[in-house]
Amino acid sequence: MTLVIKKEKPKSTFSKIVEIISTMASRPSGLIGLIILVFHVSLAITSPLYAPHDYKAIDPSLMLQAPSSEYWFGTDSLGRDVFTRTILGGRTALTVTFFGSLIALLWGGALGIFCGLVGGKIDDVVMRIIDAFLSIPWILAMLLIVSLLGTSTIVLIPALGFFYGKGIVRVARAATHDVIAKDFIVSARARGHGNFSIIWNEILPNVRDAIMVEGAMRWSWMLLGFSSLSFLGFGVSPPTPDWGLMISNARGLMSFAYWAVLAPIFGLSSLIIGINLTADAFAKALGIDRSTKAPV
Amino acid sequence: MQQVVQEIKNLSIGFTSQKGEQISILKNISTIINKGETVGIVGESGSGKSTLALAMMGYVKHGLYTISGECIYQSNDILKMKNRELENIRGRKIAMIPQNAGQSLTPNLKIGYQIDEALRLHTNFQKEDRDVKISELLNKVRLPSPETIAKRYPHELSGGQQQRVAVAMALAGSPDLLLLDEPTTGLDVTTQAHVLELLNFIAKDTGTSMVYVSHDLGAIAQVSDRVIVMYSGEIVLDGPVRTILKNPIHPYTYGLLKSIPKLTLSGLPNSMSGSQPQPGTIKEGCSFYDRCEFAEDKCKIKSPELEFVNEFNTSVRCFNHKELHKKKDKDKKSSKNVLRKLTKNEILDISSVSISYAKQKFIEQLLNKIDDTNPTVKDINIKIDKGETLALVGESGSGKSTILKSIAGLIKAKDGIIKFDKNKILSSDLKKREANYLRAIQLIFQNPDESLNPNHTVEEIVSQPLKLYFGLSGNELKQKIIEVLKKVRLGEFYLTRYPRQLSGGEKQRVAVARAFAAKPDIILCDEVTSALDVSVQAAVLNLLQELKEDFGTTYIFVSHDLAVVKAISDRVAVLYQGRLCEIGPSESVYKFPSHPYTEVLLGAVLEPDPDIKPKLVAEDIVEEKPPEKGCSFQGRCPRLLGQICKTDVPPWQIDENGNAIRCHIKINDLKNQQISN
Repeated sequence: MTLVIKKEKPKSTFSKIVEIISTMASRPSGLIGLIILVFHVSLAITSPLYAPHDYKAIDPSLMLQAPSSEYWFGTDSLGRDVFTRTILGGRTALTVTFFGSLIALLWGGALGIFCGLVGGKIDDVVMRIIDAFLSIPWILAMLLIVSLLGTSTIVLIPALGFFYGKGIVRVARAATHDVIAKDFIVSARARGHGNFSIIWNEILPNVRDAIMVEGAMRWSWMLLGFSSLSFLGFGVSPPTPDWGLMISNARGLMSFAYWAVLAPIFGLSSLIIGINLTADAFAKALGIDRSTKAPV
Repeated sequence: MQQVVQEIKNLSIGFTSQKGEQISILKNISTIINKGETVGIVGESGSGKSTLALAMMGYVKHGLYTISGECIYQSNDILKMKNRELENIRGRKIAMIPQNAGQSLTPNLKIGYQIDEALRLHTNFQKEDRDVKISELLNKVRLPSPETIAKRYPHELSGGQQQRVAVAMALAGSPDLLLLDEPTTGLDVTTQAHVLELLNFIAKDTGTSMVYVSHDLGAIAQVSDRVIVMYSGEIVLDGPVRTILKNPIHPYTYGLLKSIPKLTLSGLPNSMSGSQPQPGTIKEGCSFYDRCEFAEDKCKIKSPELEFVNEFNTSVRCFNHKELHKKKDKDKKSSKNVLRKLTKNEILDISSVSISYAKQKFIEQLLNKIDDTNPTVKDINIKIDKGETLALVGESGSGKSTILKSIAGLIKAKDGIIKFDKNKILSSDLKKREANYLRAIQLIFQNPDESLNPNHTVEEIVSQPLKLYFGLSGNELKQKIIEVLKKVRLGEFYLTRYPRQLSGGEKQRVAVARAFAAKPDIILCDEVTSALDVSVQAAVLNLLQELKEDFGTTYIFVSHDLAVVKAISDRVAVLYQGRLCEIGPSESVYKFPSHPYTEVLLGAVLEPDPDIKPKLVAEDIVEEKPPEKGCSFQGRCPRLLGQICKTDVPPWQIDENGNAIRCHIKINDLKNQQISN
């Protein structure tokens, strides 16, 4: 009798990441999403190096010029170069929302797993509080926070992180519920492992994927939310270029200077589509079906 | 000449792998189903038996496709039919009874309506006639008071009743062919015996041909006229039931039958090595080559054809079936005797333990008190000696797993004391137990897919108890893990594997390794073999026995499979509705099941032998709750004395063999009654 042994080496974290990314890129939608996302991130990092004009140089003589070889996307109502402002406009949004979703991921994931694990009364109470928060229009609450504490990034990141983490709590809790009834948790309990050890060793590896995908999805929603804040004048303060703010400033002149609105809209929507496609491909690469797994 | 109902010609079904290879699930299946015949298809999981049954209905699972061959019903190939044409055949001519009736019945429609729907689709009856027919059908499957059953929802019926309803629905169109896919697998032993008896009756009564798919040779033996044995997508043996089960001429069937624990044998069955190959891994030669005791060089190169042996009226796929036949006669002794070393050294003392699942009221929660006069488990008194294997048996709902969990500290007992090693009282709260006592009691679960974390490697899984109890780390830890894996016959290369890369038997070995890594005194085994295939089950049982001999571990073994229990246990405790009925040395319990319930339970066990019929003594009613007063078995007891059984809890009686029962009837009278029967 011979035993056929399949040689399979354990994968390092790096090779796992490479594998996930290559799986994501193997579908056209995932590839497009990744390309858009990488383009936007690299643009945000490098754009100050090659921005053709000064983003805050106001020149009344250049007001609302149509796109030309000098001003590729034309100029806005204050005579500033729209192209420069567009390529710089994603920087704040990306940074704020990236760290915001990271915070959302951490607290939402931690609270969700905790609630799923302990269950009972504590779970009930926490989830009702979350439900209550979900029923408050987030934008009103955000406006309140921002008007009380100011619009600095230090305020915006945790505030956005808090409001977008509520949905993650639910996903993390649902994913934990799937795992918690399994015998390996019972086995760990019977051995006498503590709650922290059970969370870290037994639950987290099984819910991590679901939480990460949800976090990626929240990122695109938060981006839209952040731009809405800027649009209302509560996000980035002028003259810092930002898509939401640019759309807000130029929308009154849309009928005769469409370029000043179109460029930031294109920037914002392409980034959101990119993140969405990437998150979906990420979910598929990890083997999570978002259409059935995401409860919110 | 018999009338042919269905003919399968050279059927191959398969899928295309990610690499673009064509992989067959079924390989060149050819067989004929005659009218009025019951054909049993047996095989382990992954042998393709369900795929074959579905193909007989013209259904190929999503992702699979027909590679070649045909499935002929009334001179048409049903695999090539359009959905419209199939609709006229399915249910009307060929009906299917699924494995889990509870899941196949629509939960929010009444039983009567669902059967009516089947009748509406498959017959031309008018409304009034259909109502009559519904009662008729429910009567036929022996459901009490059909009118009331028809008004119920599926969840209001027991598992056995649901299965009967599924049979009634299948019979609605009076089909020519009935396909049954593991119809009794999820049922209790007594219910299973009743359902099989019903199916036998229906087959005779209606003359319907049946194809009975199962992994359970015991069930197959009871119902079939002919048996097809499948291995790795091929038919390896096809012949009359008696020949196949009593005189198997294929080495796989031979090994399989030897690895089944039987009530008529003592000791552990022999195990078969290895496991069934994954589809697509065998490119040439016999697919059983790796596991075959009789294999020769030619078996590796050339795949044997199905050959008809006149002498046995059987088709066999083996070059060496003649040699096997000769060799077999010499090799009569087919089981290992279990070494029984009993020391009178008590390790666990369970005294008057009661467990309740009743919800605590708020005040009771505060006072840490449970107020339940009729708890799920009541009055359990068992003393267990060191190195003993005690089996807890009973049907589902008998509280056997509950008791196990309570010993492990996972469920708080309402009353009673569990003492470890004579004087240490184990706290019923897990968190209050000291690490050393947690270590001393380890659990092995039923399904290794659930009990092993899918995201941990074998190394991580086995390291958990070693790190927790012994604080090992680094190289020392790794050496210890390798050592433990070696004990369960797993090599070092398993360290980096994930559970999904292992077979069922290997996974259960990892679970056993994890339990033994803690160097426990007691191991609680919760149905450890019921998720495994028969050939693997024997190997795991043998492993557990060997480990016990090496380490002197005490096992508390929970199982619903009485033959498995007989093979491994020293003592058996029979439970009904959370109350002990009988406890005693397994030999004497199996020889003389004194308590009426033990008698019912043992009578219902199915042996893989068509000549041993189960004894159906009691009704297969399912009781929801234990009775408030009197004997726990009063509702189903075939030997009910009268009022006394309903009012007084029966006393304990002990016979000369140390067999203790709880019954109002004198123990010797019970024995005499059984002999006179």
